[in-house]
Amino acid sequence: MSQPAARLPLWVDFGLIPLLNLVAAFAVAGLVVALIGENPLDVARIILYGAFGYGEGVGFTLFYATNFIFTGLAVAVAFHAGLFNIGGEGQAYIGGLGVALVALGLDPYLPWWLLAPLAVIGAALFGALWAWIPAVLQAKRGSHIVITTIMFNFIAASLMAWLLVDVLNPGAGSMSPGTRFFDAEAVPPRLSEILAPFGVDLGGSPANLALVAAVLAALGVWLLLWRTRLGYEIRALGHNSSAAAYAGVPIARVIIIAMLISGALAGMMALNPVLGDQGRLLLEFPGGAGFVGIAVALMGRSHPLGVIFAALLFGMLYQGGSELAFEKPSISRDMLILIQGLVILFSGALENLFRPALARIFAPRAA
Amino acid sequence: MNLDKTEPTAVPAAIELIGVSKSFGPVKANSDIHLRVAKGAIHGIVGENGAGKSTLMSILYGFYQADSGEIRVNGQPVRIRDSQEAIRLGIGMVHQHFMLVENFTVLENVLLGAEGGALLGKGKAEARAKLAELAREHGLEVDPDALISDLPVGAQQRVEILKALTRGAEILILDEPTGVLTPDEADQLFEVLRQLRAEGKTVLIITHKLREIMAITDAVSVMRQGRMVGTVRTAETSPEQLAEMMVGRRVLLKVEKGPANPGPAALTVENLTLRDGAGVERLKNVSLTVRRGEIVGIAGVAGNGQSELLEAIAGLRRPTSGRILLDGTPIPHDPRALREMRLAHIPEDRHKMGLVLKFETRENSILGYHLDHRYGGALFDRAAIEAECQSQMEAYDVRPPNSRLKTANFSGGNQQKIVLAREFERGPHALLIGQPTRGVDIGAIEFIHRRIIEMRDAGKAILLVSVELDEIRSLSDRVLVMFDGRIVGERSPEADERELGLLMAGVTGAGERGAA
Repeated sequence: MSQPAARLPLWVDFGLIPLLNLVAAFAVAGLVVALIGENPLDVARIILYGAFGYGEGVGFTLFYATNFIFTGLAVAVAFHAGLFNIGGEGQAYIGGLGVALVALGLDPYLPWWLLAPLAVIGAALFGALWAWIPAVLQAKRGSHIVITTIMFNFIAASLMAWLLVDVLNPGAGSMSPGTRFFDAEAVPPRLSEILAPFGVDLGGSPANLALVAAVLAALGVWLLLWRTRLGYEIRALGHNSSAAAYAGVPIARVIIIAMLISGALAGMMALNPVLGDQGRLLLEFPGGAGFVGIAVALMGRSHPLGVIFAALLFGMLYQGGSELAFEKPSISRDMLILIQGLVILFSGALENLFRPALARIFAPRAA
Repeated sequence: MNLDKTEPTAVPAAIELIGVSKSFGPVKANSDIHLRVAKGAIHGIVGENGAGKSTLMSILYGFYQADSGEIRVNGQPVRIRDSQEAIRLGIGMVHQHFMLVENFTVLENVLLGAEGGALLGKGKAEARAKLAELAREHGLEVDPDALISDLPVGAQQRVEILKALTRGAEILILDEPTGVLTPDEADQLFEVLRQLRAEGKTVLIITHKLREIMAITDAVSVMRQGRMVGTVRTAETSPEQLAEMMVGRRVLLKVEKGPANPGPAALTVENLTLRDGAGVERLKNVSLTVRRGEIVGIAGVAGNGQSELLEAIAGLRRPTSGRILLDGTPIPHDPRALREMRLAHIPEDRHKMGLVLKFETRENSILGYHLDHRYGGALFDRAAIEAECQSQMEAYDVRPPNSRLKTANFSGGNQQKIVLAREFERGPHALLIGQPTRGVDIGAIEFIHRRIIEMRDAGKAILLVSVELDEIRSLSDRVLVMFDGRIVGERSPEADERELGLLMAGVTGAGERGAA
């Protein structure tokens, strides 16, 4: 007789367990902080204040969260199809190329509100393109998607370095590898400008309309997965590929489509930093957001709403962490990576740590 | 009749369980189990899936620890912490799925775990002598140097028994030992067991096949929902009584059906040959016809091409050559198109293929039919899907009738009903049915068999595959026997069981050969 799977109330499964995992991660992180001679409560206060304590901090938290929502959704969609897309980083990077090409080509002619939708398409198209080759290799040849997407991250990095140094670089007067600045008229306004008339002060934070796009994307992913036939086929494939074949799901095609959607979502992450913040394409702009997306999807249990919350948490850690590094020189940025690592460890790898005990407490009694 | 307390206790029982309980989380797999197994007897344990038989045996063999209660072996209270301890106490186990290393020889498998030192030479010589001795004493002949992968299933099982005996087992536990055997191999096994009993060994046999219990055991204990319902002498009971004890109500063991009224041919398979990815021929020139209003059963030991045949017809495997016609039209290699041609398929393995266990049941109720425009346009029409699932659950008495429950949380019988409801309720013309009652409890078996007969009487053409010969015989109107990828004969379902058994073992000399 196999071990019966215990059923838990939804709020335990999606609320209490992630919370306990998080508390455990922070407790261990606190121990490490105490070991290097700092007061963990003090550190927690600085992180929380840095992330949520004042307008500009909130703005930065939202800015980082926007990146992570996109990359988290990208990983989540692939997860549902049973695919582990490690290539969010590369897909976001190439997505940035799509945004930049649209902006560089059209910024003399179009106002931002006409250019932005085209930039969205460019980002999605280029991100999807970068996921397409690994997807086809997986679907038609069985090449493992984890390996191929990792490789494509390196290829993307090399390609972009060449493009930004030798091809798209304006040359004279440019000190950094990147494109020229887009025309100011082509860059959408920041949230701080939009919300200022309503008395909301986000300071000089770079949060921009990409946040709205990210939330809409989350809604779209939710609709796709649970309200459409394609989403049904993606989930059937991810849970049980033999059953999907039995149901007549065209497996190779659904693998490719799921990866294209995943790549498009990762590519759209570029809208936030490239179009919304810097106003030009810079070397290594994704800054690891593609990899954080994996943790975000794990923690958010591949559900769009969970991804939004997990992205906010990681945005908070990023922003609060910068603040912390500034206030406490003894704590380096590496400490933040440690805390993120612990969050991933407890919410991903050790997901079942507290489950058996909670199952005993909450599961309905059987006769 | 009930022996629980009346058995004289002068001779200590080989095994005695007193108030043994075991829970997994909130599920009580065993609760307050009392059991006495007399020395030198063959004792059967029957019960439906999930009744707690396997858990009980795992406790005896040290895989699980009982939460409470006492175990006595030969009258001595013992604690069995692991299988090593069980072996030391003289308990041997033959698992349902053999625990053999396929690319080792018989001798090496017997040696495994009892090598007797870093170098194998001495242990090997001893084991070889021991095997020869056992072969002489019990008639358990196996070539010690044969590779396991080259042996037939019956011989592999003999190796398992030998493994236990070489370790000095006095009490042998067999878990569903005949599941993979032909009737002939099963008879041979029973002969070995009787021999062992004659030598004073104790045999504990777990099965859900009542006929075997009646044939071989001295006493039988019945379990239901984690409890021991009772122990009876085999000579004083009947399959009907045992079934009633297992289920808790009267059940009809015999399928009631009238004569078939076959119409024109609906499904025709012509010279079908199929090579798998490794180039092995799984189907060899198979031809058959299924007419409307008849059930054609394919008998055979698992792994002789039945699965490949079903999957080839269902569009899941591409045949190497040959034709499959549905109502005279060659079928496409596409499960989706086949559903539109009203060919329904109940897959052999509902967990691997028929259901997505992590889906809500309403999602499973449209699996394969999810593109149907009845279920919405661009977005699913959730009310329509809900209504569909509710009506299916009602028609097939699925319990609990909760369409939002994950399918994994239903019992085997109810899961199978979910699959049947989905495939039967859409008015198919032809049906491929694989292992309709595997892992399904007796009460649900009765229900499922009745539904299959109803489909036949409604004029559907039905191709049935089952490894349960009894099921094939009681449902089919014609029986085809498959062996090694071929159809080796056609018989009437009333044919002698022995004759069918020989055909299933590939012996085609007996009797005339029927063409399919």
